[in-house]
Amino acid sequence: MTDTVQGVAPTPTVGQSSDRPKIQIVPLKGLPFAAAAVVFVVVAIAGNWQWALMFAHVAGGGLWTGIDLFVGLVLGPILGHLSIPARAEFSAKFMPKMVLIMPTVVMMTLASGFQVARKLGNLYATSPNHSWLIASFCVVGVMAVIALGILEPANIAVLFEMNKPVPNGELIGRLMKRFIYTAGITGLMQVATLIIMTRVATQ
Amino acid sequence: MSVAQRPSMRSSIDRPRPPVAWLSTGALALVIIGGILMASYAPRKAPLGVATGLLVAAVLLLASAGVLLVGIKDFSRTTFLKVFKWSALAYLVTAAMIEFAFVRDHTRGASLFIVTCMLVIFALSVPTTIAFTTARFADD
Repeated sequence: MTDTVQGVAPTPTVGQSSDRPKIQIVPLKGLPFAAAAVVFVVVAIAGNWQWALMFAHVAGGGLWTGIDLFVGLVLGPILGHLSIPARAEFSAKFMPKMVLIMPTVVMMTLASGFQVARKLGNLYATSPNHSWLIASFCVVGVMAVIALGILEPANIAVLFEMNKPVPNGELIGRLMKRFIYTAGITGLMQVATLIIMTRVATQ
Repeated sequence: MSVAQRPSMRSSIDRPRPPVAWLSTGALALVIIGGILMASYAPRKAPLGVATGLLVAAVLLLASAGVLLVGIKDFSRTTFLKVFKWSALAYLVTAAMIEFAFVRDHTRGASLFIVTCMLVIFALSVPTTIAFTTARFADD
């Protein structure tokens, strides 16, 4: 008995083990860069180094917002219209990089951002920016639950599935749908982040 | 056109599983709400009653996920442990970083204890969700 996934071409990418290279789920070459970012932020916090804190927050936040918007609103819809083998092939190259990049930029942004807010006095209840910061915490909280509870587990499961001798196209398709929808939601929430952060900077 | 699937693959997708990932994600959501509460009061002292309630609820959810996990038969524990181990390492680093920031900002006493417990839940719940989602579809 065989079940079928409609509209999917039988390519070697999904369904045959013949010459597919093993996917490295966490790209080891990227680890030193992630470690360097962690050390940089720790040194900035420990030394109360204002420029470094601002750099980590602006660079990390810019990357985080830009990547989320691009993936959620540009790449996601494109992926949604690709065949499952095409999605799988793209994901095999794309997702391992995201596994490393996203936690690193999120950590840089949040850890340094909290310190910047504290130093600038924005955390005080009397600050005109206080309510905007609380709104930003809530947006980040929702994005964190979506990203850590749904999106990232789906990414890792897709990569493990693709490393099997005979990957299951239907399963990859289902998990990729989760990725596409949640990436779209976090992309839209980043628009809220942009509004909040520009308000904070101009109050 | 079609991608052929073995019957065993179909069953690995549709096999009913207890809501381990939902419970651990629920625990994560609760500690994130608690974290937002604590952070929104910084540098003042946050009301610890609500934060403690959220923490206790999160512990219960994560413990329930653990109990359900232990009871699952026909489940790839090898894959679960492999993924859990490495993701726990990654999220421990993140949790340690957040803890460091709170200590650096002079958070002390009961507030620090609650934040630390929340970070432990964070560092356990995310790897649990990732490892369960991966292992539930594993063949071995």
